[in-house]
Amino acid sequence: MEKEKFLQGNEAFAEGALYAGCNFFAGYPISPSSEIAEYMAYELPRRKGVFIEMEDEIASMGAVIGASLAGAKAMTATSGPGFSLKQEHIGFACITEVPCVIVDVMRGGPSTGTPTGPAQGDVMQARWGTHGDHPAVAIAPSTVEECFYEAVRAFNISEKYRNPVILLIDEVVGHMREKIRIPKPGEIEIINRRRPNEAYDDYLPYKPDLGGVPNIANFGTGYRFHITGLSHDWSGFPTNDPKRIGELIQRLTKKVEKGEDEILRWEEFMLEDAETAVVAYGSVARSAKFAVKCARNAGKKVGLLKLITIWPFPVKPLKRLAEHARKVIIPEMNLGQIVLEVERVIGGKADVIPINRVDTELISPDEILVKL
Amino acid sequence: MERYEVKLSGSGGQGLILAGMILAEAAALYDGKNAVQTQSYGPESRGGSSSSIVIISNQDIDYPKATKVDVLLALTQESVNKYAGDIKDGGILIVDEETVKDIPAGKYKIYKLPVIATARTQVGKVIVANIVALGLIAGLIELVSIDAIKKALFTRIPKGTEELNFRALEAGINLAKEAHLTVDPNLECISY
Repeated sequence: MEKEKFLQGNEAFAEGALYAGCNFFAGYPISPSSEIAEYMAYELPRRKGVFIEMEDEIASMGAVIGASLAGAKAMTATSGPGFSLKQEHIGFACITEVPCVIVDVMRGGPSTGTPTGPAQGDVMQARWGTHGDHPAVAIAPSTVEECFYEAVRAFNISEKYRNPVILLIDEVVGHMREKIRIPKPGEIEIINRRRPNEAYDDYLPYKPDLGGVPNIANFGTGYRFHITGLSHDWSGFPTNDPKRIGELIQRLTKKVEKGEDEILRWEEFMLEDAETAVVAYGSVARSAKFAVKCARNAGKKVGLLKLITIWPFPVKPLKRLAEHARKVIIPEMNLGQIVLEVERVIGGKADVIPINRVDTELISPDEILVKL
Repeated sequence: MERYEVKLSGSGGQGLILAGMILAEAAALYDGKNAVQTQSYGPESRGGSSSSIVIISNQDIDYPKATKVDVLLALTQESVNKYAGDIKDGGILIVDEETVKDIPAGKYKIYKLPVIATARTQVGKVIVANIVALGLIAGLIELVSIDAIKKALFTRIPKGTEELNFRALEAGINLAKEAHLTVDPNLECISY
């Protein structure tokens, strides 16, 4: 069933989610993410899945968590204002270890901001939007094809590590149309959550298993257990025991850290001998690649590190480029968010130069080229 | 072939994003080229300014927005004022003769044509002005085959409107055949 399509990033993401086995979508339409809900509303009922338009974004996230606990592969899609509303429930999904995928198609903010204009202002929100120490996984595709493949990967990661996975798509990528080849079924590995095999009476839902990830049963499969946003022990019931609380919070973060080889993804372009490196993500990485090609044509030693996974932050490739790059340029459609991580990792070994734009226009190659 | 950039601009509701989508899909799926289409519009479903950018190339397309536009279609005065400066030297500006009164000076070829009037009187429905424009652009630039455009058009329009849309496309193609450059003696900068 191999086929070529000409799709928007949003539509390709929906195709990827369906490929990964997503069978539940709850959401509240919002620009510039609505095409994902539209696509899922059309496709899911035809595949015996469920699409619910909820009364708001908070309820959507609640429905996603409930559906996932009952065994569904569940997702929602929103934009900044809705992403803000979902934060409390995202924290709940982190501590209760409920697999789910949340798409935030970024528009100009804060508040209702600029509904149809691109931005990358939610990068830190994806990391720290919900309170307390928690692991965060966030991915920022820059092509329509990546929207598809990263959708599959997002579901795989969320199922394997039992953690919410956030997609930071910016408006340019979400609405941009490109050709994409939809892979055949079976061409990409699909990972499903592990199931418990203990006797019902011995079952401890939060007992760590492979990689520190517990095998939490799907509701309705015969296991009786308790789910709570309170700090809990292996039984799932609340605890005030500092030892158990400490173990839980450490384990949550560590289970994702242990998976970094699989979770982190980036692309290196002409970095081998680069004296100047551009670090970019999302649609801006496309402008950066264009600028790097122009500068290379002019004989300059420049390269691009394109981040696909943003959280956890890919430290390794940055440390590597800092070995020979004297200048690192960070263009972002915000007032400087990922640049803070870059500065932390580079540790003064190279000049770090941000390029920022918050007028909801994509940073142009020219703006990057003048700094190369 | 290097990047070729087409920008379709006007007001929200004129269907220019759809026209751009069809042009890009035709090039990408049926003509074996690379194509990227992006758009820019306001929160209004009608009115406000709206534009669609199509980049066509035989190479990878990185930057998805316009750098220097090869062809600009403008169906409102506001859009021609806003985007005429983006046209590359020797590029093409197509304006609707009914809605655009003042053409900014620049080093581009100008076609001032009855796009909207053709849709209204010849085809019979003003809403297909976008498809007339699509046929016109296809006829003028000859970069994407008419056959490919017809295939893409067919998959992107509501069932039952095929006849209307295909007539609009033909009307646009014919408009291109009869089109001649507008040379305005008041615009001294025009070099074509």
